[in-house]
Amino acid sequence: MAAANTKEISDLARDIRLQVLLTIKNAGMGHIGGDFSVTDILATLFSAVLKVDPKNPNKIDRDRLILSKGHAAVALYSVLALRGFFPIDDLKTFAKPLSSLNGHPNRNKVPGVESNTGPLGHGFPIAVGTAIGSQLNNNQSRTFVILGDGELQEGSNWEAAMFAGHRKLTNLIAVIDHNGFQQGSPISRTNDLSPLDKKFESFGWEVRVINGHDYQSLLSAFTDAQTKPRVVIAQTVKGKGVDFMENKAEWHHKVPSAEQYEAALLQLSKQ
Amino acid sequence: MTLSRIEEFDNRIIFAKTLIKLAQENPKIVVVCNDSIGSSNLTEFRDLFPERLIDVGIAEQNMVGIAAGLANSGLIPFVCAASPFLTGRALEQIKADVVYSRANVKLCGMSPGVAYGELGPTHHSIEDIAWMRALDSLTIVLPADEMQTKEALIWAANTEGPVFMRIGRFKVPSVSQGMNPAFVPNKAMRIIDGTDISIIAAGTLVSRAIEAALQLKSEGISARVINLSTVVPLDRTEILAAAKETKGIITVEESVTRGGIGGAIAELVVQNNPVPMKLLGIDTFAPTGSASFLLEHFGLTAINIVNSARELLNNGE
Repeated sequence: MAAANTKEISDLARDIRLQVLLTIKNAGMGHIGGDFSVTDILATLFSAVLKVDPKNPNKIDRDRLILSKGHAAVALYSVLALRGFFPIDDLKTFAKPLSSLNGHPNRNKVPGVESNTGPLGHGFPIAVGTAIGSQLNNNQSRTFVILGDGELQEGSNWEAAMFAGHRKLTNLIAVIDHNGFQQGSPISRTNDLSPLDKKFESFGWEVRVINGHDYQSLLSAFTDAQTKPRVVIAQTVKGKGVDFMENKAEWHHKVPSAEQYEAALLQLSKQ
Repeated sequence: MTLSRIEEFDNRIIFAKTLIKLAQENPKIVVVCNDSIGSSNLTEFRDLFPERLIDVGIAEQNMVGIAAGLANSGLIPFVCAASPFLTGRALEQIKADVVYSRANVKLCGMSPGVAYGELGPTHHSIEDIAWMRALDSLTIVLPADEMQTKEALIWAANTEGPVFMRIGRFKVPSVSQGMNPAFVPNKAMRIIDGTDISIIAAGTLVSRAIEAALQLKSEGISARVINLSTVVPLDRTEILAAAKETKGIITVEESVTRGGIGGAIAELVVQNNPVPMKLLGIDTFAPTGSASFLLEHFGLTAINIVNSARELLNNGE
């Protein structure tokens, strides 16, 4: 990997957040809190890690990014548009009648989307499948799956984690956007995940616990050589980047008012 | 048309043989299963292609998700698992990861219907057709015998898109002797022509429908027998021809009629050419008994089809 240019990543992250804000304001719907917590992860992957080609999005040996937390679709759409998978103008159609940009992503309608996620606990098994697939295809393709932390309450994730550990998949990285909140309340109050690191360790995974907004940590977690599947527990802030949204459960899917939009725009533009 | 009961076949045998042949010809074909190597008859496949058989253990959601991922990688996964667990436990994965995503996954529901007999309703798969039929454009294939199983499998391997197939373990005689091809994709297959009444059956029960037609013929009733080896897409032309050209339709299935084959035919017929119908199937959880006993218990026999035909024709007059 070329020397990390964190400026490039942070610029992309800022642009993603701006597009997310605008898109959700236009549509009057979206999951802004989770979009902002996952933004730096997506910016790092798309700036400096993923081998993907917007001109040839179905190339067989591409790296796979599977967004298991499909409700963060707007963050994914924004980064895909900014990287040239489809025109940025299309974001204006998000959630509008007959738009290709549904509330959850559809791989048959949106270039760069790998699977139709939305119901939680689906992306991880699919990612194990693409990782095994690239082994069978004898190519160097790697798979990244981004999981919400709340969705780890779904048992299917642990079926996938167990099997990936068993098969020692060295071309698979699971990234947990660990913002600590699920829709209604803090995860620790609903059905606590801790100790998350030990759970994955016991399933045969290499565990990295990092600041999910620190580009250098994200970069090394995504590019260091592997001897087993790696989970990156990215400690993130729900609503990251806009102070009045940060760590507030209500910003899971709240839509900013006109004043809130202006205030958020001002904050994000300076980043 | 005659039926020889001398030779009867467990369709899983030809299924496994054909899968091996397909895998020898096409390196993209892989198998995903759930600790079901034995019950899906995959031991030889595993020995020949150890890396291409992915046994996830007892984890159906993971199994179907992994298959969707393998399809995303350009491979052609055949998911081989007992039909009740494949379609019940992993229904949302089938919906979202396979059908809605249009992943090229072949879902092979082994030992469907009441094949597991005494193991009871937890292991019976009588709801699978209704569940799969509710999904948008998931092809559903129910081979009735050995030859159909083989040809349907070859077709599925060579056709892009998700498919659900039922692979029976209940031994059945050949119903497609002398028919070439034995399986025509997307078509209902008329096995016996007739003008008085139509019997539309699938899978295990096609041979019983034929027996019934032969009995009816000896009584002077001309029964048409249609093998509904493909339920989705439904062959509208053939079904509506049966509605127009005969006086009534009997459907015969090893599954619930609500949303099943009976439901599918009735929906089409009632909106286009209503005729008297009788739906034979399994609409309750089964009592204890062997598969063979249970088919009798639920009236899925040649004699009950004959009686139903007589009733339907008598009521119509």
